Parts: sequence; structure tokens; C-alpha cells
Amino acid sequence: MAETKLVAVDVQNLLEEATKLKSGGYRLVQMCSTRVKDGNELTYSFGKGYDLLHLRFTVGDSTQVESISHIFPPAYFYENEIHDLFGVPIEFMTVDFKGNLYRTAEKTPFKGGDSQ
Amino acid sequence: MSLFSFAKTEFRNLFSKPVTRLYPQEPRIYPERTRGHIENDMNACILCGLCSRKCPTGAIRVDRKEKSWAISRFSCIQCGCCVESCPKKCLSMKQAYTQPGAEKKTDVFTKPEAESKNAS
Amino acid sequence: MSTRSVVPFGPHHPVLPEPLHLDLVLEDEKVVEAIPSIGFVHRGLEKLVEKKDFNEFVYVAERICGICSFMHGMSYCEAVEHIMGVEIPPRAKYLRTIWCEMSRIHSHLLWLGLLADAFGFESLFMQSWRMREKILDMFETSTGGRVIFSVNKIGGQRKDMDNSMIRSFLDIFAGMEKDLKELTGTFLNDGAVRSRLDGVGVLTEQQARDFGAVGPFLRASGVQYDMRTTGYAAYGDIDLEPITSNIGDSYARTVVRVKEIFQSIDIIRQAAAKIPEGDFAVPVKGFPKGEYMMRVEQPRGEACYYVKANGTKFLDRFRVRTPTFANIPPMLETLKGSQLADVPILILTIDPCISCTER
Repeated sequence: MAETKLVAVDVQNLLEEATKLKSGGYRLVQMCSTRVKDGNELTYSFGKGYDLLHLRFTVGDSTQVESISHIFPPAYFYENEIHDLFGVPIEFMTVDFKGNLYRTAEKTPFKGGDSQ
Repeated sequence: MSLFSFAKTEFRNLFSKPVTRLYPQEPRIYPERTRGHIENDMNACILCGLCSRKCPTGAIRVDRKEKSWAISRFSCIQCGCCVESCPKKCLSMKQAYTQPGAEKKTDVFTKPEAESKNAS
Repeated sequence: MSTRSVVPFGPHHPVLPEPLHLDLVLEDEKVVEAIPSIGFVHRGLEKLVEKKDFNEFVYVAERICGICSFMHGMSYCEAVEHIMGVEIPPRAKYLRTIWCEMSRIHSHLLWLGLLADAFGFESLFMQSWRMREKILDMFETSTGGRVIFSVNKIGGQRKDMDNSMIRSFLDIFAGMEKDLKELTGTFLNDGAVRSRLDGVGVLTEQQARDFGAVGPFLRASGVQYDMRTTGYAAYGDIDLEPITSNIGDSYARTVVRVKEIFQSIDIIRQAAAKIPEGDFAVPVKGFPKGEYMMRVEQPRGEACYYVKANGTKFLDRFRVRTPTFANIPPMLETLKGSQLADVPILILTIDPCISCTER
């Protein structure tokens, strides 16, 4: 049976943690953002076999998050999505669509939800 | 690897009946459970408005003052939620689909006058 | 060094009914790089969860995609049931399994048809879709819908299949199996078909792992990974072995999907033999609070559903990671070094579903 673990990390240690997971044989399962008050809660999920490990950290609206796409190549797709829909500033992505991955009429549509 | 692996199927298709139907002449027979459109038996309806509150798309409008029950045919997603929640079981799912149309139309049904007098 | 040119592919392309745009950087006829661009059909369904009652959201969840609609609805329900601690009756679990596998057969047949269409084998395409029609008819008989089934609800199923109906389906499957063998024989053995698939777009096992491929695309590269073995719905009671191939080319992906069709029929037989009598739904009261990540195996691969609930009737977050989203980066990897003429087939071999990717 699959096991799930949730690990809270700090945004500064993100790259370090991701590198550890990479050398531990993990693969990227998904990255997701949840809107919380004045910020976003990011969940990066990694899998090894059927087990799942989430890295969880919360960032403020203007906190720069460093991309893990140099460590996990497919991450750029998720990061662009989070950047486009939630407006989380993510730096150093291997492929940066600069807000044009999703062609939405309104920029960062998922961001303004809680203020309304 | 073979060259004529499809020939058998091809030959059979030459001499067998088509799988399609000659549609308008030969009408479709729907299975019993097909979710086509919603119908309301106005004689039994008590206009409680539960269906309009349960409807996920807000397609049903109930007006107690006018004694009318209206459904926007093109908003309805045929989920059957209203049929399940109807306390009087006057709503039913019918098999035939809504006919396509040039305009989005709303069907309004009013409660028959005589019936409501008897009831009151 | 020869000159490079950029050829746009899509968003409207004859082989792909859905809008995916690629900028292909070519050196003569060879693709050196491909840059994807999506976002033509983004509907913001995830955001809608904040405005819809969590019970009503099942209808939105199953409209994420028209092919795996059942699984989207089911996985959403399972995720919410996990949060609320609802144990659904065993009969509902088996019903879910049967409908899931029927969806898989229908999705794979659809894909086989599209593949045949992509390499210009029109009559093979029609044969595949004729077979698929039978599955759609079975869906209509059992659920009332051909594409959107609306049979899931939190706490079980809304409709039951009685035993005579299941038996009649088994008879149809028995008849179909013979036709399927003939049809898939053409896919697997025909010289013309194989010349378009053999050795095209090889994805090695290491690449598949690194780029996070899922589903048949991953299994065709020799990785044994199938979420069904984790035993959601009634899969825990069912005997199944993930189907893999070691070759990793387009032909291997076809073989894996063809074998999965037969595997699905086998699973339906097992489930039909074991299905217990009893209720098919339990009443659910209260509101969910907590979070859960549900992972299921869709026809296209592993899909993740993240649900975060705050104890009211509106959920905080519903996030879907669809298999195509995960499969696009490895697909771009297989495109590198391929011929321009093979690009449509390579895109098709991941079984792309752009509507679910963008939601």
C-alpha cells in the first residue's frame, strides 16, 4: 500500500531538500498551490514507487521562490502554471513562459479569490 | 508482420449489413435509463421549490405567486438531481433528448386552475 | 551546420482535435527542439469549487474531460469520502471498478481509432470506433448517459446495475473479444502499420523516470507502475499485473494499450464474479474538513486529485493533475531527433487530452 508523508520545509531550504530527494531516487508527481490569506501554500509532491512525499511551505505574495526545474526537469511546466494562475514569482525556470502558458483574459485569475 | 491482415475484416464488411441506422426514417430506441429531458406532472406538483434549490445549474425556476414551474432546457444538464429530491415524485426523466433550437428557450408550466381550486 | 527553421504545429491540426500548439525547431526535416504552448481551452474549473456546494461539484468534476468523465467524478468523490471518513458499501466499490474499466476500454479504443486516423488508415479507424460504440451503448443502458454518466455521488453510486444487466454485459464482452482480437491483430501485425510505429520516438526507461511520464507511456518504457495496484475502489480484491514493454517506442505503447483492453475485460469478469449484494450508497451528513491527495490510474495514466476542505459546504481547493500534464515534458523529449512527418503520431502516442490538462 502507498504511504503518504508530509514534510514542512522552509522556502530557503527548498533546493537543498529537492536535491536530496533527487539523489534519493524520487520523481516529481505534482506541484500545487493553494491560496491562503496574503500568500500561497505550495505543495510539491514526490513519489518513490507508490509512496508519496509532500514538501509543504507557505510564501507571502512577493516572496521569490527558486525553481527546482534544474533538478527535476518537468517542474517547469508546473511552475509556469503556478506562476500564471496564482502569481507566485518563481525565478530561474528552465523554460519561462513569462505568464503566457495560460491565455487567460485576466492575469493570475486564482489569486484574487479570497479578497472578494 | 503480414500484408493483408485487414483483408478479412474488409471482405466481411462488403457483404454484411451496415452498423449505422438510416436515422430519421428509423428512429432510435433509447434504453430505459437514458437521461433525455425532465418532465413535470403539474397536477401533482406542490411548487415546493426543492428542485430549483437542488439544481446544480439553476435551470429550474419556481414561482409560487404565478403558480408556475419553469425549466431552461438549455441550462439543464440532465443530472437527475431534481428527480431524486422531488418529495411528490412528480418530476420524471424522459428518454427523448431536447430538440436543438436556434434560441435558448425556457419552458413554463402553470398549475391547472381547476386543480388548485379543488385543493384549496 | 544547416539552417534552422521554426514550424508551428497546431493549435488546429488535422490529426489532433484538441488545441495544442508546438513550435518545432527544425534542422532540415529533423526536429531539434519543441516548445509547447497550451492555454487555449482553460475553463477555470478548479476555481469553481469555491462557489459550488461540494456535493454539486461532482457534476463539475466529471465534466473536466469527456473521455475519463467517470474517473474524474469518482476520484473527487473518493477524495472527499476519505476526508469525511465515509466507508462506502462494497457493492458501490465494485460498481465503480466495473465502470472504470469500461471507461478504460472505451478510451483505449478511441485512442486506437485516432492513431489509425493519424497514419491514414481510415477504415481501421472506423472499425475501432464501431467497437467503441458498443461500450457507449452499454454505458447508456447502465447509467443513462453516453459520455457524462452522473452516477457518482459522495457516499456511493446513484444507480445500481442489477445482476442480469451485468450478465448481459459479460455476454457482449465475450462477443466483442473475438472482434477485438481481429482488430488489434491488424494494429500489431500489419506491415503498413508497423512501418509507421516501429522504432519511432523511443523513450528510454531513465528518460521516462526523469521526465515524470505516467500511464501506458511510462509502462511502455519498462517501468512497472500502475496506480490500480494500490487498491482504490475494489481493485484491492482483484488480481492484476501491470502491463509493461521494454522497447519504449510507439509500437510498444500500442501493444501496452491493446493488452490493457483485454486486461480490462478480464477485470470486469473478475469484478462481476465477486460483486456482493447490498446497498450501493450510504447517506452522508456534515461537511468535510481536512485535506487528501487521491491518486488513481486513468486510461491515460496516473491522475492526482488534491482536495482541501475547511469544514463549510465550499471547499478551499480542488486541484487535478491530469496524466497529459505530466506526459507533455517527456513527449517533448521523444520529439527531439524525430522526423517532422512523425510528429503527429508521437503526439498521439501519449494520448493527449488538452481539455483535462488545462481544466
